[in-house]
Amino acid sequence: MSASCAAASELLHNMNKQISSILYTKASCVIRRLSTSSSRCRSQPQPRAESAPQQLVGVVGLEIHAQINSNTKLFSGSSVRFTAPPNSLVSFFDASLPGTLPVLNKRCVDAAVMTGLALSCTINRMSLFDRKHYFYADLPAGYQITQQRRPIAVDGTLTYCFLGGKKRSQVIRKTVNIKQIQLEQDSGKSLHDDLRSQTLIDLNRAGVGLMELVMEPDMSCGEEAAAAVRELQLILQALGTCQGNMSEGQLRVDANVSVHKPGEPLGIRAEVKNINSVRYLARAIDYEIQRQIDILQRGGTVQNETRAYDSKSGETVPMRDKEGLQDYRFMPEPNLPPLIVYEDNASLPTGIDACQAVVVETIRKVLPELPSVKRDRLVQTYGILPEHSFTLVNEDGLVDYFEAVLKVTKMGPRKVIGWVIKELLGHLKQQDMSVSQSPISPSALAELLELQETGHISSSVAGQVFQEMWKSSGKTALQIVQELDLGLVSDTAQLHSICQKVVDSNPDEVNAIRNGNKKVLNKLMGLVQKETKGRADPVLVRAILQEKTLLKSDC
Amino acid sequence: MSAFGLVAKRGVSPKIIRPSFNLLTNDGYSAASSFLQGHNTNITRLLSSQPHNPKVPKVATWEPASEDQLPPPAQIPADLVDKLERLALVDFRTKQGLACLEKAIRFADQLHVVDTSSVEPMDSVLEDRALNLRADAVTEGGCAEELLQLSKNTIEEYFVAPPGNIPLPTKEERASMLKHSEL
Repeated sequence: MSASCAAASELLHNMNKQISSILYTKASCVIRRLSTSSSRCRSQPQPRAESAPQQLVGVVGLEIHAQINSNTKLFSGSSVRFTAPPNSLVSFFDASLPGTLPVLNKRCVDAAVMTGLALSCTINRMSLFDRKHYFYADLPAGYQITQQRRPIAVDGTLTYCFLGGKKRSQVIRKTVNIKQIQLEQDSGKSLHDDLRSQTLIDLNRAGVGLMELVMEPDMSCGEEAAAAVRELQLILQALGTCQGNMSEGQLRVDANVSVHKPGEPLGIRAEVKNINSVRYLARAIDYEIQRQIDILQRGGTVQNETRAYDSKSGETVPMRDKEGLQDYRFMPEPNLPPLIVYEDNASLPTGIDACQAVVVETIRKVLPELPSVKRDRLVQTYGILPEHSFTLVNEDGLVDYFEAVLKVTKMGPRKVIGWVIKELLGHLKQQDMSVSQSPISPSALAELLELQETGHISSSVAGQVFQEMWKSSGKTALQIVQELDLGLVSDTAQLHSICQKVVDSNPDEVNAIRNGNKKVLNKLMGLVQKETKGRADPVLVRAILQEKTLLKSDC
Repeated sequence: MSAFGLVAKRGVSPKIIRPSFNLLTNDGYSAASSFLQGHNTNITRLLSSQPHNPKVPKVATWEPASEDQLPPPAQIPADLVDKLERLALVDFRTKQGLACLEKAIRFADQLHVVDTSSVEPMDSVLEDRALNLRADAVTEGGCAEELLQLSKNTIEEYFVAPPGNIPLPTKEERASMLKHSEL
């Protein structure tokens, strides 16, 4: 878009601000409204109908590289490990020595097919390998073997959810289309020594199997992209096809970001790289969308470029590596015949070695429970809210924790879920800890909940005990209750005297109750609990107070 | 100048493939003998698991391709030279170097004479073979010392390479470079 054109559209955009906010208030996250200053356009005349006001919205597509969780590399028998001495996991093939040939790892094919099935892809019966050329020292062959013309899986979908709505308690469900999943080689690692102007090369990662997942630009903001990646991460981990650890580079996300007006062709996109956590992904995308909107509104043009996310400044900055369009000079990989997978055992040709054949039906049969199914199961089995099932599944290990607590307590799941999400997860989040790092084990929490459930402690005291258990891990709930004398006061005589004191010092409230305003009794109960620091047995207190206020009214 | 007047037809229906195994043996023999005798090349798909396709001539034929059959000679703009030099990591921005490149392109231009319409390109001589799949067991690696010996420069257990991402010269720099070159 030319500068003048962009300026004109900005003018229109401002003029139409009022109408657009009416039109789009009800739209969901798909149409993200911009917060621009609207003071300028208040007095502007109404525009014509056909120049319907539309605001710039973000469009986000993702390219995800998932390292396949396998013992050995995609085309060689050297091991795959994150930490190892440099160049110790390198075969002659990985070092691209002349005369070496690729031999495909069956595990990698199985993993790609399984991932494809979990994402409802069509598995291509025949797929092809290609060479993609580029020159970096960490790719010594000068090309990467990938699947450009015909990837192993195509046309899938990923359904993801995130919590939205006013209280962020509403589960919003969306779907993104998966264009393809292709098998390809990872590159080695370069350590740049700027001081001596040289690069140190470690080929341990060179040739590790990757699944590249291409997601269509069906997302509109950082939050959606982050939720989609999180869901993918959960699926890959459930399948065991990728460990999904972003900080170790097992899952690497590049985001293609552009902005346009809904209904119009997509804008020029920038690619954002260097994103190593789901949280940064959301921030990087939202920053980039806003940056592009700002450029267009100032009348500028977005550059087609690669940008890196700087997590310290929260900004995206241009990367230097791409000059214009890169020519990868794709060509068929002559050393690998087409990869054939078979639908079922019946379709296996005679004479094929069974341990060589990739059979889709066999893999389909061993698909584990996927996160979405797990959520539904949790809702149905335990009667918990969908948003709670969402939180449970999203935190590594929290479902197991929840179910472990349930096994050893009589407390109902709907009460337990409150404890697990509000108290346990709240504390964990506050200190940036994972579920496995929790100082309170499931059985310890169960013991505490049991004390509350059987009426030994009140719910407010249970909260207090939880805090104590968190601070001094190792002590049981019962020990803390005894040490701090937090047990429920059920001594009738003691409660009688406390209640009497409260009744005597609040004659107005007593009168109100006497005149029929029964709700005021709750206030008196509160005062009694204050006296006993929340330890009074509420059932007993209520009975005593009722008795005392009624007695008075009888007088 | 001459060009291959030979196009291998692919994807032909099984009907026209002679199910004769004698033929395959014959072909194998003839190819082997001609190889031994060092006569003109006899093209057969020895590695193909399909018997010889009768549509494929047994002997390569050569026809001269005249200049007027070829497309006009390619012009090589300066920025393409620039790009090729970068990709090839070879400097050839001399009269001699450019003449060599032009000659190579002209030679390849002869391929345009070959009619390849409705012929599916072939990837590999192995394309009708089953792809061998390997079990996921560690069999290689642990040879860092051996590999590092092959490298000119190493530091500890790393290979040492020149710094990556060297930016291209700017348009202006390039223009001044060209001014001083032999062009």
